[in-house]
Amino acid sequence: MSKSIDVNVHHITRVEGHGNIVLNTSNGKIEKLEWQVPEAPRFFEAMVRGRMWDEIQPIVCRICGICSFAHSLAALKAVEGALGVEISEQTDKLRILAYYGEQLESHVLHVGYLIAPDLLGVKSVVPLASSHPDAVKTIVAAHRVGNQWMELLGGRMTHPVSFRVGGFGKLPTDEELKELRKSLVDTVPKLEIIAELVMSLADKLPAFERDTEYIALMEPGVYTFYHGDIGSTDTSDKVNIHEFESVVNEYITKQSTAKWARWHRDSYAVGALARYNLNADHLLPLAEKTAKAFGLEKGCCNPYMNSVAQVIESVQVVEHALQLIDELLTAGITYEVPHVEAKAGMGVGAIEAPRGILFHRYAFDDDGRCVSANCCIPTNQNHGNIQKDFEALVPQIMDRGQDEIRQMLEMLVRAYDPCISCSTHFLNIEFV
Amino acid sequence: MSKPKVAIFDFACCEGCQLQIVNMEEDLLELISVVDPVEWREAMSDHRDGYDIAIVEGSITRHEDEERLQEIRSHAGMLIALGSCATTGGVNKLKNKFDLNDVKRCVYCDSAHLPHLNTALTKALDEVVKVDYKVHGCPINNKEFAYILRCILMGKKPFIPNYPVCVECKMKGNPCRYEYGEICLGPIIRAGCDAKCPSGGFWCYGCRGYVDNPNVNAAKEIMAQYHKTIDNLRGRMFLFGSKQEQTL
Repeated sequence: MSKSIDVNVHHITRVEGHGNIVLNTSNGKIEKLEWQVPEAPRFFEAMVRGRMWDEIQPIVCRICGICSFAHSLAALKAVEGALGVEISEQTDKLRILAYYGEQLESHVLHVGYLIAPDLLGVKSVVPLASSHPDAVKTIVAAHRVGNQWMELLGGRMTHPVSFRVGGFGKLPTDEELKELRKSLVDTVPKLEIIAELVMSLADKLPAFERDTEYIALMEPGVYTFYHGDIGSTDTSDKVNIHEFESVVNEYITKQSTAKWARWHRDSYAVGALARYNLNADHLLPLAEKTAKAFGLEKGCCNPYMNSVAQVIESVQVVEHALQLIDELLTAGITYEVPHVEAKAGMGVGAIEAPRGILFHRYAFDDDGRCVSANCCIPTNQNHGNIQKDFEALVPQIMDRGQDEIRQMLEMLVRAYDPCISCSTHFLNIEFV
Repeated sequence: MSKPKVAIFDFACCEGCQLQIVNMEEDLLELISVVDPVEWREAMSDHRDGYDIAIVEGSITRHEDEERLQEIRSHAGMLIALGSCATTGGVNKLKNKFDLNDVKRCVYCDSAHLPHLNTALTKALDEVVKVDYKVHGCPINNKEFAYILRCILMGKKPFIPNYPVCVECKMKGNPCRYEYGEICLGPIIRAGCDAKCPSGGFWCYGCRGYVDNPNVNAAKEIMAQYHKTIDNLRGRMFLFGSKQEQTL
């Protein structure tokens, strides 16, 4: 092979944040192949130092506009752990319910607005509005349900205001929960249409596989997004979330302002496919049916299939949300006033953000002022795995045209649903 | 009249304000029927050079970003700052309270000296270039965004409230957050958000910036009435208030 390839994608489109793809080959030899992250770092962990315990969530939810509920809830869990605050079963259920709204919204946004254009051979969702009006209407409708769901329980679609340390600042009424229930029942057939659309285009997803380690929260008997320990496809041992630093092992590279992570191998993957590979046995019936229709096997190591796992999870969260609403309505919503007292302590919160496992750790002094923080974001845990995928994929496709190679690399990055502005705020503080 | 070409750019931010544009759902499809979107990295892969209106989200935190913003400004007939990070520096300005070397060391430890991890003091867009319109808020209120854009397209001057959040909060019938023993910035912060935070059970933390002439005396009266100090209020003002000189 004598041709040279020169792919230089500056600021890849249809992803959150700024990333570059660089591939140079000469005479069939790879000279440079890099997934680069030049995003401007924002230094959240440094900025929260000195802030009071009740200011942490409103600050750190702003790490990310797309997963602000995940950041909020991880932060609240960590702050509550540090201050020894117990929360009620009602709060726990309402938070999980609220969080599922973000899962749905984010997954539909990713699959419908960011991935579908690749599968349909266009540059954005804009031309699809005229070429596939019904599909776009369905996607928009499902997306809006996710947003209204978040607004009801979080007070706002982005950067929620109803979550408080210890509970809620504003609770939904029984009537509002019933309305949400009705809209979720109506959403199930919409998700079936989206699943059918993705299924009809699944042959456009490249058939590329690379065995890697997958990491996600695991909780006995549950397809969990919220509770549990850290599990891996490489070991049956579980790690308590308080030890998350021993899993992520962050390190700094020259090609990225975001840190990278590795555990048992050079890299690992988090996100919908990781959750599926670890927890698929616990899907609820409708989600399981969707998974069967796709034929997605547990143990799949094709990163492009992450989008399919997101479709299955969209069904799962709606299905589980309906159960949670019924449980909440049966018990009746009780008015509770969170009671919190400042004290010294340290706490950890973990949650499965739409794009993978997310950890927050905070320590506070006697007055309840934050003395140190550590946020470990899913996308930074995926950066190294994206690079390793590149290195395995490119030799397999080098005989193809440069545009096709570029497109496959872009699609690979998009498949991970990266949230790059999130991923540039890590640190490795020594906690003493 | 040909449709104005619109490009959307972002700097240091969470991209949550662009998400609010996506969250316009069907209205977004209508919006793109009256403007010509030529560049929007978060949502579109195609782009064409040249634009009439640049919509910019995010703060400026690096020297190279200042240059990029100046370049954008030089091509744009009109520049709209989108959201708190762009209009005031937003939450990114908390960084300016610290020594920058300390901030870098805190996050990147021994690698803090590497050139690609460099950072500068956070700036709002109008500290670098001329800004024609500001869409306030963290995140923006997408109804207000649509309204401002509509006014611009019709050649009208948009009305941006210059009264405090308390006005909208009272109209919604919310109990005052001070009644809960909390410190709320509502009395000095620009309305237009529909008092989302107090309505959702939280205090106002000031993401829309101060009204032009905050009624300092009224704020002092409220603090006295609820046995709070001006220092309590100042403490809350750090989150989004770091751009403007402290008024209290």
